[in-house]
Amino acid sequence: MPVRGDTLYAAILRSPHPHAEILSIDASKALARPGVAAVLTGPEVKAMTEPFIVGVKAPIDDWALAVDRVRYVGEPVAVIVAGDRYQAEDALDAIEVEYRPLPIELDPRTAARPDATLLHPACKSNIVHDRTFRYGDPESAFANAPHRIKLEVEYPRVLCAPMEGYIVVADHNAAEDSFDVIANFQGPFSVLTVVPRALRVAGNKFRLRTPPNSGGSFGSKLAIFPYMVLICIAAKKTGRPVKWVEDRLEHLAASGSGPHRITNIEAAVAKDGEILALNCDHLEEYGALLRAPMPGPLYRMHGVTTGTYGIRHLAIRNRIVLTNKAPVSLVRGFGGPQIYFALERLVQRIAVELKLEPLAVMRRNLIPANAFPYRTAAGALLDSGDFQNAIATAIDEGGLGELQHRREEARKAGRLYGIGFACASEPGVSNMGYLSTLLPLEARRKAGPKDGAIGTATVAVDGNGQVTVASDSTPQGQGHRTVLAQIVADELGLTPNDIAVNVELDTSKDAWSIAAGNYASRFAASTANAAYLAAGRIRKKLAAIAALSLGVSSESLTFKGGKICSLTDPTKTLPLYRVAGMAHWSPGSLPDDITPGLRETVQWNPRELTPPTENDEINTSLTYGFIFDFCGVEIDRITGEVRIDKYVTMHDGGRLLNPALVESQVHGALGQAFGATLYENFAYGADGNLLTSTFADYLLPTAMEIPPTQLLYQETPSPFTPLGTKGVGEGNSMTTPACIGNAVADALGIRDVPLPITPVRIAALLHGEELPPPAKFTSAPSSTTAATVERRHDSLMQRLFSKREQL
Amino acid sequence: MKPAQFDYLRAGSIEEVVSHLETYGDRARIMAGGQTLMPMLNFRLVEPELIIDITGIAPLAHIRMSGPWVEIGAAVTQSSLLDWSDLSREVPLVAAALPWVGHFQTRNRGTVCGSIAHADPSSELPLVLAVLGGAIDLASKRGTRTLKVSEFQLGMLTTARAPDELITSVRFPRAKKGEGYVFREVARRHGDFAIVSLAGMAVAGQVVLGVGGVAGSPTVRAFGTLKDAALDDALNAFAWEMGGHDDVHATARYRRDLVRMLGKQVIEEARACLS
Amino acid sequence: MPILKAGERHTVTLTLNGRPATGYAESRTLLSDFIRHELGATGTHVGCEHGVCGACTVRVDGKAVRSCLTLAVQAAGCQVETVEGLAPRGTLSILQEAFKRHHAVQCGYCTPGILMSLTHYLETNPEATEMQLREVIGGHLCRCTGYTQIVAAAVDVATRLREAARKP
Ligand code: FES
Ligand code: FES
Repeated sequence: MPVRGDTLYAAILRSPHPHAEILSIDASKALARPGVAAVLTGPEVKAMTEPFIVGVKAPIDDWALAVDRVRYVGEPVAVIVAGDRYQAEDALDAIEVEYRPLPIELDPRTAARPDATLLHPACKSNIVHDRTFRYGDPESAFANAPHRIKLEVEYPRVLCAPMEGYIVVADHNAAEDSFDVIANFQGPFSVLTVVPRALRVAGNKFRLRTPPNSGGSFGSKLAIFPYMVLICIAAKKTGRPVKWVEDRLEHLAASGSGPHRITNIEAAVAKDGEILALNCDHLEEYGALLRAPMPGPLYRMHGVTTGTYGIRHLAIRNRIVLTNKAPVSLVRGFGGPQIYFALERLVQRIAVELKLEPLAVMRRNLIPANAFPYRTAAGALLDSGDFQNAIATAIDEGGLGELQHRREEARKAGRLYGIGFACASEPGVSNMGYLSTLLPLEARRKAGPKDGAIGTATVAVDGNGQVTVASDSTPQGQGHRTVLAQIVADELGLTPNDIAVNVELDTSKDAWSIAAGNYASRFAASTANAAYLAAGRIRKKLAAIAALSLGVSSESLTFKGGKICSLTDPTKTLPLYRVAGMAHWSPGSLPDDITPGLRETVQWNPRELTPPTENDEINTSLTYGFIFDFCGVEIDRITGEVRIDKYVTMHDGGRLLNPALVESQVHGALGQAFGATLYENFAYGADGNLLTSTFADYLLPTAMEIPPTQLLYQETPSPFTPLGTKGVGEGNSMTTPACIGNAVADALGIRDVPLPITPVRIAALLHGEELPPPAKFTSAPSSTTAATVERRHDSLMQRLFSKREQL
Repeated sequence: MKPAQFDYLRAGSIEEVVSHLETYGDRARIMAGGQTLMPMLNFRLVEPELIIDITGIAPLAHIRMSGPWVEIGAAVTQSSLLDWSDLSREVPLVAAALPWVGHFQTRNRGTVCGSIAHADPSSELPLVLAVLGGAIDLASKRGTRTLKVSEFQLGMLTTARAPDELITSVRFPRAKKGEGYVFREVARRHGDFAIVSLAGMAVAGQVVLGVGGVAGSPTVRAFGTLKDAALDDALNAFAWEMGGHDDVHATARYRRDLVRMLGKQVIEEARACLS
Repeated sequence: MPILKAGERHTVTLTLNGRPATGYAESRTLLSDFIRHELGATGTHVGCEHGVCGACTVRVDGKAVRSCLTLAVQAAGCQVETVEGLAPRGTLSILQEAFKRHHAVQCGYCTPGILMSLTHYLETNPEATEMQLREVIGGHLCRCTGYTQIVAAAVDVATRLREAARKP
């Protein structure tokens, strides 16, 4: 985005310590460096802003910049504003910070103990949320069940790491005390309301504009909001626009990964594999702060804790624990990977323990096709589906038989080959009230109901009949413009090329709601429907005007090839642009019941998204797609590498508006999921330093790591959306780790599968006891071992950040 | 992530380089392809006073046969060596290892000598040089000298190059008839630094195995004609002596396991090449 | 050559997409920053500044290289080509067309770099196999597409080039 000529550039000093008191900060030397316009530190931010509000009832101390204390490596400690980024970084070295290190808590289990070091002493515990839920009668079901089968599973932190980082350009208008920001923020816009509050201005004095193009997000670009506050303050202080571009080190250290969840999951099971009741105990680690909209991952899937299965008795415990790690934020799948890795691994385990086929256990428990709309135990209203048929099609067209044959051959030859399955109910469009489920009923009553999810779109036709569409979906490459053009063109009898779509959002003049943004797979099932409805209103209006001038009834008109024509009398036809011209040029001649102009904004809200009930039932999402995956994997006995032989994924995403774009989303989610399952390890050392601080250590998959995949579709329209669409695009983040995990469990005959499934972990299982050193051997030449550990992997972050501290 | 300030010299001759090295010593850094140095500059892990760019020095741009050696100048990129039509005949082990060095894009700029000079224990070319018994040519104001690889590679990221010296070329012994070569590598992703890399060379049934990524520098051991259990024992001893280290990608134990198991495969394959 | 002093601005002239272009750079200025901010060609993207992601890939004297691992002063006098030069006069290069056909672009952040790599590779290896193309693409990170459609687009172009070469 072009910026004003007098724009200054910011760089951020970050904490080298996972936990420390800030005893003093001296920026005087930095201020004297060439080009430096200002330095921002904690005390100033404390004086100029408000802390961020927190989603749970706990006195968590959260500012845009560390105040008095740092709680994770990479936490912003100071901001330098200078003539360019090079100068700003030069001056970082000159800020003198004195820290007093404090004990740290990294492991969720130990951080949860009563004697743990407290991250926020006012909270009295690192567990800042603990709630239990009960649906049906799980206790009796467990007491009477012939089998109880359980697993403890962990889903580690994963980072979506879009290729473009955060970008904020902020300007302050001193006369009005208002802020103007351009940022690649992705929503949900409900979170945006915390920014003006932190800046101590009214919401209408804070204008955000999002750019037309953005380099990916996958949830990530929600967590840009604290930086908006920082850069706004920097602009206010310097009286000039300030631009900040997050670099890759900053992104890896501090942008916000997904949470780390430990789930103890147990099923009460009948002899034939029927799951009679389910008990899920989640302990979720969110890092040092709980930033809006956290703890979303713990509640987004609440309604579908039972997945695709008709399990009527359910117990849930949700706990949140804070640690000295970077705060957690939005990621693709958002809560889904954690739920399904536990549930689908358990289904595999049930099959093993009861000596049944995994597919048989799955099928035994699926919600029947004639049961929709189906209310789950925890309150989700599953809109539609035919899971049985989708599975049958996938097995057939995806060639399960061939994989089974390969497994047989491989095993005969002594090779390690396994097959895994997973299925999931994929949520689309989040109920804006789902997070209120975390509040006890009393608190909910006091706060007032929260529900719904507004989708917003505007269709405008100018005096020459040219059509423009705007939307609230702030895309980052998902092809929303293509789809919107297609929907509106279809309604108005035009071609997509005739439609101009603008997806930039300006909060000061465009239509939006707190539900706006590009998250929770909301586009196809929300925004797209609003556009469809808006186009329908325009069509109705054009038809009414045309009907008047043609002297026919508007019902008898059709829109085709840029014309509005009578279905019955081919001579009665008008070009669309003529009719549009009438609305603009001669509004006086329109009858009273037709409003002048041709611009319709629709804010559509589905009725199914109701607030949590008294019994804590919550319909967490509007639409629920179905996914069924299977894969074959082969494991190298020596290296422990997992090679995916073939991966098949079946999606029922409701009506598909544009199958090619859906396919792209599925491939994209698969790519990220292969990474999360097999390569990406968001690792902290025992000293609290981030070990995976560069792209050489946080391993995203490349084209070389992508296995052969087969994509299959079924279309069961949603009855709850005007277009019959559902949310798509996150599903494989949810199913793939479980599917591969199950295949690995099958190949090795193991119970627990750790994520990520790295060669070294597999090899540790395969290789047994290590051969002892030969008798005459004393010890490894110590110079090599000790020195080598010092190498690249002793955390670049620490070396970088502490180098600055020493100066 | 921007480099700190430095002076920059695009050197036109070896003489110019060595006279600046004499003045600056280790306050100067030689930049050839920059594929390792540039990230370190961007991270501000190194902040030299002077960068001496040697890519424009014509006498450093040669690949030539010189007696028993293939001599590769300090400005020769990995991709131009890979494109050299005689490569697989003259130094088949280099031909096998080079595609594992970084990526197409980094090989287009990264140099062969730069990789040798950096002496990363898990990079491929230092391993190959060690197994083949190559040599390194150095120049300084004081004169020139040639070091055997065993004298040159001192440890992790450490070489015998003096601060005032420039590596002018590296020499790989030319392959002879009756030699077998095998290169294997285990990395997390293709193009990553090796967790373990192995290079085997067999001559008349005698096998030499070199291992990278485990000890502080590539380690070479002769396994003669050892077979079966005796070979297993020798490999086990070799693995323990190198020790290995834990890092975010693998453990020392894993590295030793690969030496034991893949080492045997590589030795057997190298022998098989002969028949 | 004289030493270019730290902290001073030096004139750098190079050929950008066939035309001479001049701007100021410090000795430490990265070629990626120079191209984007000084010459205003923002089609080249920056994703890591440590040589791993490939988003910044441009061609220098014909070769696909990381512009974040190159100094602007090193490119003085060189032929630099960026994505803006791939399809002059508003047409799409055959590679760009294939990317479009195969839906190989989502956010487009990684795309310019991949296009520059593939253009170089296919020019010198028109007979490229799928595995070879995969390896070249393997020098880039893309977070949107999962690569499948990028590989398909590259293979499609290689096939067309091969067929075109066979035609007399
Ligand atoms: S920005 Fe240059 S390789 Fe990533
Ligand atoms: S298309 Fe977005 S990173 Fe590749």
